[in-house]
Amino acid sequence: MSGPHVALFVTCLVDMFRPSVAFATVKLLEDAGCRVEVPPVQTCCGQPAWNSGDRENAKAIARQVIAAFEGYAHVVVPSGSCAATIARDYERMFEADDPWAARARALGARTHEITAFLTDVLGVTEVGQKAPVSVTYHDSCSGLRSLGIREQPRRLLASVAGLELREMAENDVCCGFGGTFCVKYPDISNVMAGDKTRNIAATGADMVLAGDLGCLMNMAGKASREGRAFRARHVVEVLAGDLATPPIGEAG
Amino acid sequence: MSLHEATTPAFRANARAALDNANLQAALRGSRGNFITKRARAREDLPEFDALRDRARDIKDHVLAHLDLYLEAYEAQVIASGGHVHWAETAEEARAIVLDLCRQAGAKAVNKGKTMISEECGINDFLAENGIAPVETDLGEYIIQLRGEVPSHIIAPAVHVTVPEIEAAFRKAHTHLDPDRDLSDLAALQAEARGVLREKYFQAEVGITGANMLIAETGHSVIVTNEGNGDLTQSLPRMHIVMASLEKIVPTLEDAATILRILGRSATGQEMSVYTTFSRGPRRPGDPDGPEEYHVVLLDNGRSNMLATPFQDMLRCIRCGACMNHCPVYQAVGGHAYGWVYPGPMGAVLTPSLIGVEQGGQLPNASSFCGRCEEVCPVRIPLPGMMRSWREREFEKRLTPAAMRRGLGLWAFAARRPRLYRIAARLGAGLLSRLGSKTGRIASLPFARGWTGERDLPAPQRGGTFMDRWKAARR
Repeated sequence: MSGPHVALFVTCLVDMFRPSVAFATVKLLEDAGCRVEVPPVQTCCGQPAWNSGDRENAKAIARQVIAAFEGYAHVVVPSGSCAATIARDYERMFEADDPWAARARALGARTHEITAFLTDVLGVTEVGQKAPVSVTYHDSCSGLRSLGIREQPRRLLASVAGLELREMAENDVCCGFGGTFCVKYPDISNVMAGDKTRNIAATGADMVLAGDLGCLMNMAGKASREGRAFRARHVVEVLAGDLATPPIGEAG
Repeated sequence: MSLHEATTPAFRANARAALDNANLQAALRGSRGNFITKRARAREDLPEFDALRDRARDIKDHVLAHLDLYLEAYEAQVIASGGHVHWAETAEEARAIVLDLCRQAGAKAVNKGKTMISEECGINDFLAENGIAPVETDLGEYIIQLRGEVPSHIIAPAVHVTVPEIEAAFRKAHTHLDPDRDLSDLAALQAEARGVLREKYFQAEVGITGANMLIAETGHSVIVTNEGNGDLTQSLPRMHIVMASLEKIVPTLEDAATILRILGRSATGQEMSVYTTFSRGPRRPGDPDGPEEYHVVLLDNGRSNMLATPFQDMLRCIRCGACMNHCPVYQAVGGHAYGWVYPGPMGAVLTPSLIGVEQGGQLPNASSFCGRCEEVCPVRIPLPGMMRSWREREFEKRLTPAAMRRGLGLWAFAARRPRLYRIAARLGAGLLSRLGSKTGRIASLPFARGWTGERDLPAPQRGGTFMDRWKAARR
């Protein structure tokens, strides 16, 4: 293949909890003509350290990611949150005169969340899939507010034959995950998650989709505890035609 | 530094209590979304709204870069119009000045318009201790004064109170009330409060108001209200005291007009509040009304220490309350849980600046960083970024809880060593996958009760980590 040379940043949650999201991402990229590589030197983007005030570890992890990923035309991430860390936060971690700041900026400019990459960079309008399901879409906060991802996943979903999108109330309100927030303030996080699952259930949709596994695990975990009927999947699974893999939090 | 007792270190317990408080939850649920819808509509109706936000930000940045000059210019204008300016470095100084002025005026009763600065200085309790009766004239403030509470929101101080609770407070305090009189809706309660407060306007010797802005060019103070209580408070008594903090300065009338255009829209979705009142100096010969004396108490209380730090942008705040209206954490627990004067995202940044991160450090941590506050802030304060800066200060000062530091340290040690990390991820995924092999989820994990207390943990997919599977499949 001769298409753009893309490095996949898997994200720590996808690597450990849901590899099918990364496989679906690779499929979408390859279907769009990309040459995909998965650089072996990758762990986590460092966001937990950065958001906890541990700048030194955040910088060390950022340098590791920058060095491993700067040789590619694009870096693609199946998460708005991790993509925003690389694309927006890395540069802020370094002093302006630190050479790493310029390298961070350069990498940031080439780093994209998967649905934004497909639509905005590659101009994909059709994914050529069929799925007779009703879905609702949760806009994860970082993707929405740091990267402006809102229409891209919806446009791609609209190309899936048979799929019906039912918007929920407060689709742009945080689900209560928030990285370490959910374990630092579980009481508040739980209330936010409960508000979210109520809004999802009210649409009557078969499943909730989102672009971030952290939020999805939070919503799916809350929904299963409450005995809700809807399922949860990462948006790329539906876009890549993978409905055979059990939904999040269900046994295969 | 402040006299308002802080319960911020107990934020977690405060939040738990708030979540268990059925009345509070009913009040929060009842108001949720109202401000959001109204602001969104106001923004849609004004095409230049976002451009005005940029201008407002630039105006405030300019003032903060030249604050000393503008403060001096403002003071000169107040003096030229016959008023007095009192500089208070601390809350203690400010309230001593206010008490002194009240005594000079021979005050037995003081009427108050809404002012968060007086909350910061604990004026009400202090005056009461010294034999002077403070009377709040803003309806929300009046309600919480009767209930012995502090505001839970900077523009809607009684947003945490339900209508039946207001009725109960009125029946207890207004002993003249006929038990058969219907007070079951807000209109009836408003009429009752208005009747009682009308008389008080003519009894007070001093009126204290806050200021939404102070105009350097002219020496005006500006207040915005929806009830007109501020006008009566400041024009009827013989002395008017304005309590304001340093950063309320704007250079010109024109600048004030710019900020007014975004203030009401951001706060309540109103194009303008019902009353916008400019006052300057005491009554002049020939004026039909107005106070005989006009005093401004200018409070610093730690603000000048924020200049030239990562927290300077916080001084742009125009106190519209949009950040808390849009904050899912504030909407879940209400304002009192934050434990000091200022709640919500702006409080989470300002509180550690004013009372110290040792006291206020919980607040910038209690955020999911969803970013909605920054999205709606009329002066574009990067609130989540500043909360993150506070977390960094805490980390540097080793105030971050030890368990958190250890966990983070261990995780970071592995994350910086990809090979070690691979092994740890493989073991972790394998273990969790086996624990959840039957249902695909884990209902209880001893070391992750924060997660599993009220929700399941989806188990990792079978077959190993992605990195292992990718390596096996492609090489």
